[in-house]
Amino acid sequence: MALLQIAEPGMSAAPHQHRLAVGIDLGTTNSLVATVRSGMSTVLHDEHGHALLPSVVRYLPDSQVEVGYVAQAQQSLDSQNTIISVKRLMGRGIHDIPDIGHLPYRFIDAPGMVQVDTRAGIKSPVEISAEILKVLKNRAEKALGGELTGAVITVPAYFDDAQRQATKDAARLAGLTVLRLLNEPTAAAVAYGLDNGAEGVYVVYDLGGGTFDISILRLSKGVFEVLATNGDSALGGDDFDRRIFCWVLEQCKLPPISPQDTRLLLTKAREAKEWLTDHMESRLTGILSNGEVVDLTLTSAVFNELTRPLVGKTLGPTRKALRDAGLTLEDIKGVVMVGGATRMPQIRLAVAEFFQQEPLTNLDPDKVVALGAAIQANVLAGNRSDHDLLLLDVIPLSLGLETMGGLVEKVIPRNATLPVARAQDFTTFKDGQTAMSIHVVQGERELVSDCRSLARFELRGIPPMAAGAARIRVTFQVDADGLLSVSAREQSSGIEANIIVKPSYGLSEDEILNMLHASFASAENDKQARALREAQVEAKRLLEAIHAALEQDGVLLTSAEREQIEQQMHALEALSSADDSHAIQDAVESLNHATEYFASRRMDASVKRALAGKSLNTLEI
Amino acid sequence: MHNSSRNHFELFNLPARFAIDLNTLDQHYRKLQSAVHPDRFAAAPAAERLHSMQQATQANEAYRTLKDPTARARYLLQINGVDTEEESNTAMPAEFLVLQMEWREAMEDARAARDIPALDKLLHEMQQESKTLQQHLHWALDEKKAYSEAAETVRKLRFLDKVRDDIQQSISKLEE
Repeated sequence: MALLQIAEPGMSAAPHQHRLAVGIDLGTTNSLVATVRSGMSTVLHDEHGHALLPSVVRYLPDSQVEVGYVAQAQQSLDSQNTIISVKRLMGRGIHDIPDIGHLPYRFIDAPGMVQVDTRAGIKSPVEISAEILKVLKNRAEKALGGELTGAVITVPAYFDDAQRQATKDAARLAGLTVLRLLNEPTAAAVAYGLDNGAEGVYVVYDLGGGTFDISILRLSKGVFEVLATNGDSALGGDDFDRRIFCWVLEQCKLPPISPQDTRLLLTKAREAKEWLTDHMESRLTGILSNGEVVDLTLTSAVFNELTRPLVGKTLGPTRKALRDAGLTLEDIKGVVMVGGATRMPQIRLAVAEFFQQEPLTNLDPDKVVALGAAIQANVLAGNRSDHDLLLLDVIPLSLGLETMGGLVEKVIPRNATLPVARAQDFTTFKDGQTAMSIHVVQGERELVSDCRSLARFELRGIPPMAAGAARIRVTFQVDADGLLSVSAREQSSGIEANIIVKPSYGLSEDEILNMLHASFASAENDKQARALREAQVEAKRLLEAIHAALEQDGVLLTSAEREQIEQQMHALEALSSADDSHAIQDAVESLNHATEYFASRRMDASVKRALAGKSLNTLEI
Repeated sequence: MHNSSRNHFELFNLPARFAIDLNTLDQHYRKLQSAVHPDRFAAAPAAERLHSMQQATQANEAYRTLKDPTARARYLLQINGVDTEEESNTAMPAEFLVLQMEWREAMEDARAARDIPALDKLLHEMQQESKTLQQHLHWALDEKKAYSEAAETVRKLRFLDKVRDDIQQSISKLEE
């Protein structure tokens, strides 16, 4: 008798198929792409051997776009069209951005998310970020010799729904399939934990170019459980540069200077900061556009003094995270340092002092996030892996609803493990009321005006009843990417209104499609060819997955049920080779529908299997 | 929530009691999530991804409920058909009300004096008090099935939890 081959649920039983999946660290200052090759997570280099891609995008006069070192080299000369640190603008309105006056761009105050007027036209931060992602995608496809199945994109743990949604939109715009948005400190913990076989409670202190995260995780037998996270999504290495920059202005008593000179001095400031990592003083020189010469010496003592408040700003969130996790310093087994800014000696010193132990710096703080993301991407793509890995992450900021008087009622508390759902019941407050508006916000403050507005939506079609008689149940679901969707149902009539939160700052499906099409600048048949290819890929993916599921759990179906599913599979297979994308999509839809009860039985079986350790054939069907 | 008929205890293969082994709960939670988490289904068809999200959501909800003693007791009462009436029933023994007022006053004083160690000490005291109440719950729920007594203890614990939340918020505001 042949032995039944049992794979992990949801994974293909075919071991030979290695799917190409990457982890992308889309950083404020630098971005990276990594993948797992022969069981090892490695960062992919460009043709010049660079691992880092500076997150700099320049729009050229001939409608070309430059990304990375070439763009960075021109940032002082063409500052209005060369966007650096675009991550700081993601999902942000013009009033959310500190120091906006110091930035050399022509900003446009668009509803929801700020936009930048360049010589190539008005660009949203999503489009600019997509340019960076496209370069990394090409780099990976060249290095790996094939099309990518998908990518894990990392985001700061403290990113809110708006910033996460913007990141996901950017990835889609770059033509990437997003397997998961992964929190940067969690990614770092994966790389660190697997490398060192770590067990116990660890803190990840992640100070990047523009964001600060603190995460506390419990590592146990391949399970990475985030206990609490906190941070500041507008604090990073850039701010240290800016402190030096302001010091230079003060020392030289400079009048307001041009955008070019600002860019030049900021670059010099960054170089001085980096030099001070290994030296006691740094000389800072430059010639401004009016011929004026700047020549100063910055000592590490002065630098420490200038940036002391910034260092202090990271310790508040650290304390809060510890409290939220219900832990004290003695519980912490190690502190992992992540992000280029943690190279600064004053940061390491402050962290060592706070935690009363030397922080762990044995992994490259620039690469560790991408390396961890690649490991997760490999697992998610369904490749076989030596790592039995599970990440349980949390929502960083509470979700709430506006109630009377502009107050917030919390629905999902911060640090709830994802995925999470909560239902809340509402009632009408006037006789015959048929509509109701709901305002969802994110943040910890008590007043709506102090939180970030995520979405306002109207629930219509409530049957007219006496005040207080209607029962409207609104369910908030936050998925494993940390993204929210909301659905509502009137209990007595069963009227359902499904709303996916696509708030003012997000792009609509149409906008993304239009941008995608525009970026291909193509004729109608190109669009059709692309649609057909996408449908074929989707069909292939589905067929593979169901094939594996049948092989694994076919015993859960009666022969009639199995026959019905197989018929639909044959139908889809036959259509896949033809060139009608709509017919393929319809067949995919109907096969998905036909396997719903099978999916539910499989899930049930895996729940039983998980705890009972029973073999398949002893399970009740 | 969602379309599962298992209650939280059954989901984790635990006896429906107040006194449960938290280590076993942790282990079973992780085992269950390892089987149902969306990360295991990233490459699966849409229907399976949806089921996985629902199951993982339920596992998280169940874990959160059983891990927290007050929520666990409330849930046990609920599956035994007893409403804890936490919103409607505010009648409390006089000595408990006095105690509660003393805690609130101590908190206000410490907050006004910006005295974080005093707030921490208060937190510790409340923890001790909670433990006593939890021992009572074990007796009332597991031994005596004295549900209405247990419901009153849950109401007391809810008071305590609220004061504790307030103290914690005061501390984090002071630390800012």
